[in-house]
Amino acid sequence: MNKNLKTLTNGIITENPTLRLVLGTCPTLAVTTAAKNGIGMGLAATAVLICSNAAISLLRKVIPDKVRIPAFITIIAGFVSVVQMLVKAFAPSIDKSLGIFLPLIVVNCIILARAEMFASKNPVLPSILDGLGMGVGFTCTLTLMGMIRELLGNGTVFGLTVTANHITPMVIFLLPPGGFFVFGMLVAASNALAKRNGKKAVEHLGCETCPMASVCQKTNCTESEVKA
Amino acid sequence: MKDSLVVSSSPHIRHRDTTSGIMLDVIIALIPATVYGIIIFGISAAAVVCTCVLSAIVFEFLWNIILKKPQSVGDFSAIVTGLLLGLNLPPKTPLFVAAIGSFAAIIVVKQMFGGLGYNFVNPAIGARIVLLVSFPTAMASAGSYLEPISKLGVDTVSSATPLMLYGKEAAPSLKSLFFGMNSGAIGETSAFLLLLGGIYLVLRKVINPIIPVSFIGTVAVMTYLFSFNINETLYFVLSGGLFLGAIFMATDYVTSPTTNLGKLVFGIGCGLITFVIRKWGNLPEGVSYSIILMNILAPQIDKLTRRKPFGLPKEG
Repeated sequence: MNKNLKTLTNGIITENPTLRLVLGTCPTLAVTTAAKNGIGMGLAATAVLICSNAAISLLRKVIPDKVRIPAFITIIAGFVSVVQMLVKAFAPSIDKSLGIFLPLIVVNCIILARAEMFASKNPVLPSILDGLGMGVGFTCTLTLMGMIRELLGNGTVFGLTVTANHITPMVIFLLPPGGFFVFGMLVAASNALAKRNGKKAVEHLGCETCPMASVCQKTNCTESEVKA
Repeated sequence: MKDSLVVSSSPHIRHRDTTSGIMLDVIIALIPATVYGIIIFGISAAAVVCTCVLSAIVFEFLWNIILKKPQSVGDFSAIVTGLLLGLNLPPKTPLFVAAIGSFAAIIVVKQMFGGLGYNFVNPAIGARIVLLVSFPTAMASAGSYLEPISKLGVDTVSSATPLMLYGKEAAPSLKSLFFGMNSGAIGETSAFLLLLGGIYLVLRKVINPIIPVSFIGTVAVMTYLFSFNINETLYFVLSGGLFLGAIFMATDYVTSPTTNLGKLVFGIGCGLITFVIRKWGNLPEGVSYSIILMNILAPQIDKLTRRKPFGLPKEG
């Protein structure tokens, strides 16, 4: 059970799909102009991710290796159609603001990557947990980014006025340059956090593999020099 | 014996030029236009320029303190960036907007990319565009621009830039455009004083005249080709931020090509983009965008115009 828990939490922090694996950047940048859009996109992708991971895991012994990518895409597209119809029926405003990016979940790198890297190699339960963890990580990042961009660019969070009456909002945060800026800052912050927790230490390969070995006088490099 | 021999890599010829000396020359060249802008637009223009310069210095200082880097305020580059940003803003810019501009210039465009010498676009231009996109009302509406003090009392139409007034009754005369009796950003109005600063920089060998001449020349030639009207050509060359941009911003060492051919390509490219935006774009002025686009292309221009070493076989 402990292993399953690890699979679940893996996607939220350690291998956060957007900030640590840098997958699914396109929807991340495009839809996070408002917190509501971020959470809508995240939940839609999570639903697809859980279902497709489960289905692909069940079919992993049936799908021939050579045609696995078309098979994955077909399965994912089926679930995306279901989700799209549900969103259209029950949350038309979110459907309108997500626009083309809702059907584009079909080619979302996170979903395809989890199918390829995890679901096609693991049993059903861990695959579902992996999908859930990755989906929650994706949703959290998108919501956070949407909140930051909405606050700075429009002075509101989830549509509620926060600073709009007191400070002139910077419209640039609602536009693509602001999206890239916030995304970069979040990736930098998550890198700094990981570094502080010592999670991503660079492996010291020794002097044999170093291109500078013939001119380097030192016999042992320090950790910081290896990173540089 | 071993310690007394110092082996260093080239270059071995030392020159008395220093970063701070060059920056000081740029500041001297900008003083006439700055003083003139403050005289004709009054106290609010002075407040905007001072805010930009001071906040640029403060941000540079704080960045170096927080990241424990060697203090670089002394090379005057932050002052030049702040001054150029201030001269590019309308006289009634809210002061917090001006300070955000300095933050964008110093922290985001310059320091985050590695500091002086590593900025990918001119920091002042980058910051101006950030402000232009972020605060359209403060930056581009007629209300944030002022008429020169000498004109007060005369019934004139206030406009962000004379570029939009050509052919209308309120359009300033060519003479007032040349000497700067028109509305606009604080430092861009007087082509004459900017030209004076430019000539000083060329004589001091701080800038190479290729970029400003090809930039302004291209805009002039293109405007003439599309109008066949010498009056209109002069009007569009003298108005807007063309002189300020071409002389002081496009010639930034870090973001312009190093070869002479490259500089020519850079200047012509800037001129073409400026003309295209002015003529067909939905913005009145295109100098900032043209410079920022060519800044991004500068490394590629350098690569394509690199001189081949003498005597080497041709690359296959």
